[in-house]
Amino acid sequence: MSFPWAEHYEPKHPLMKWVDERLPLPRLVFNAVGAGYPVPRNLNYFWNFGVLAGLALTIQLVTGIVLAMHYAASAGVAFDSVEHIMRDVNSGWLLRYAHANGASFFFIVVYIHIFRGLYFSSYKAPREMVWLLGVVIFLLMMATAFMGYVLPWGQMSFWGAQVITGLFSAIPLVGDTLHTWLLGGFAPGDAALNRFFSLHYLLPFVIAGVIILHIWALHIPGSSNPTGVEVKGPQDTVPFHPYYTAKDGFGAAIFLLIFATVVFYAPNFMGHPDNYIPSNPMATPAHIVPEWYFWPFYAILRAFTFDFGIPGVITIIPAKLMGVLAMFSSILLLFFLPWIDTSPVRSGNYRPVFKRFFWLLILDVLVLGYCGGSPAEEPYVMISQIAAAYYFAHFLIILPLIATIEKPLPLPGSITEAVLAKARHKTGTADAVAAE
Amino acid sequence: MVRILGGLVGIFFTGWLLVTFLVGAYNYVSAPPVQTVEAAFHEHPHAISWSFNGPFGKYDKAQLQRGFQVYSEVCSACHSLKHVAFRDLKDLGYEDAEVKAIAKNWKSKVSEKNPVTGDVTERAPTPADFIPVVYYAGQGTPPDLSLIAKARHGGADYIHSLLTGYREQPAELLKKFPDAKTPSGLYYNPYFANLNLAMPPPLASEGQVTYGEGNPKPTVDQMSQDVSAFLTWAAEPKMEARKATGFAVVIFLLFASVLAYLSYKSIWAGKEH
Repeated sequence: MSFPWAEHYEPKHPLMKWVDERLPLPRLVFNAVGAGYPVPRNLNYFWNFGVLAGLALTIQLVTGIVLAMHYAASAGVAFDSVEHIMRDVNSGWLLRYAHANGASFFFIVVYIHIFRGLYFSSYKAPREMVWLLGVVIFLLMMATAFMGYVLPWGQMSFWGAQVITGLFSAIPLVGDTLHTWLLGGFAPGDAALNRFFSLHYLLPFVIAGVIILHIWALHIPGSSNPTGVEVKGPQDTVPFHPYYTAKDGFGAAIFLLIFATVVFYAPNFMGHPDNYIPSNPMATPAHIVPEWYFWPFYAILRAFTFDFGIPGVITIIPAKLMGVLAMFSSILLLFFLPWIDTSPVRSGNYRPVFKRFFWLLILDVLVLGYCGGSPAEEPYVMISQIAAAYYFAHFLIILPLIATIEKPLPLPGSITEAVLAKARHKTGTADAVAAE
Repeated sequence: MVRILGGLVGIFFTGWLLVTFLVGAYNYVSAPPVQTVEAAFHEHPHAISWSFNGPFGKYDKAQLQRGFQVYSEVCSACHSLKHVAFRDLKDLGYEDAEVKAIAKNWKSKVSEKNPVTGDVTERAPTPADFIPVVYYAGQGTPPDLSLIAKARHGGADYIHSLLTGYREQPAELLKKFPDAKTPSGLYYNPYFANLNLAMPPPLASEGQVTYGEGNPKPTVDQMSQDVSAFLTWAAEPKMEARKATGFAVVIFLLFASVLAYLSYKSIWAGKEH
């Protein structure tokens, strides 16, 4: 579906006409990201991050495919093959640093993209499917990033694999068998490394496929916007091209600028020094930590230090399993968000109570991240327990309550009305300044 | 229905986390964790102004050559450098002939197994060989140094602080932690994570390595700085190319960002949004 006033594709060049009649790919592009896709005129810079996530995935695919030409997935030589890339492959250092930091940047833009969705309630009807597919992409990204981090086969690779696959051993009855089956052995080794490499190569293409569905689902209702008021007429929209291609171009340039600065001047800033030590099953690192983008979830996992049950009498759920259940729930609950938050107003701008709790959630996730990256010692464990409690309370208790009790601010009649009011406000201030 | 079930799950996790927190807080207050000797006496490396610091930093080749000399005369007795090939030493400013001579005169040899007879023979390394591995029969397992500057927090600062940080165990430490006496065969060094390491002080006296004409005096501090710089190069030999490429890329992207911004502004001109 598109809005009735969307421009129709008219091939200008005879060649394009010839192609379009046989394979309407030019038409598809025109209607998806061209002049044929009307988009709300009031999108702010936070709406750049979807395109930036696509750009980050592309960088990962291109650098990753070339890296795979030089990498050897075998426990005996994996670490050395990475050093071979760093030292002897032409521009290998650039490929590897771009790929390692590219993963971090992919998560940075995706986290901003997700929090934009949370603030502006982009998950609400009619865009639930867009949100659900987005959560699927996020889960796939986490799996891909985890397996990618194992490939250099350094100390953190090995012990990270040990800890994360160890989570499955918390499952009652079948846990240990499942753990051994997943790893292809009792500890991470050649079998695990090879299957992780295979899946690490496969999953990005699955992500690309789900992204196509994500964009397809988005194009049915069209983009949301900062007011949360749906498009009412042609005056509310501008064609994607050239308006948003230009804005996304600017966003992409800034993204690449920051990305390049890190890749060229602080390439190891987001990595852990221990991963430059070859993996050693006989030497456990003092503190095993995953990459920074998993820290909040790692903090939730470690927050459960106490078996569920009556202490000294009965253990219903062991602490380890509680941690695993909580960590998976903390992500899976996002799937239910469209039906948990029933407030009819989308944008946080018009929801005074929601807005405060939203910023509290941001702070909470940052605190969780900080605790997740710190050693499992007091006071970090206690702080992460409070922060994890708030995380669950926010989504599962506070959000539905706000939806019932909050009195939202009056919404603008339309996007155009909001835009013109903003413009009047701006010129009004300018006039007042000029009058002084 | 979703909200009721979700709420119950929320109460379950939140409630149990709060119970866990209360138990933890009670334990924390009733029996506060005791400070460990490592937490009390471990010291962070001192920051030094290296020639390779900063976005325009470059390696000082004379320093790298001195550092290589320290490595080959002192460190290489126990520590290997297996990711560095002799040919790489040309980055340090050596000529082809010098690299050939260094490889040929290297104290350990490359062993080769004849695939037909199975005889193991030894030959002198050539520039194409990596620096031969070291077989160490003493106490402890000396790590390979190829990546040591990237494998420790603080990099070159850490190496320098560690090499010059050996001292007598402070009396205050033994008073506070009587059980923490450095075991025999280990050496006290507050820059090492657990304070005691198996490596004896490798740079013990001034003039341990003889530097050629025109070089600074080989004090312990100087030798330590030189070898730290050399090991930084060994871990990150492409740093200069990286920073130079980065400069061009960043300038290009700054220019591209300005152009992209101007075209964005011109396309949106007159369109309120």
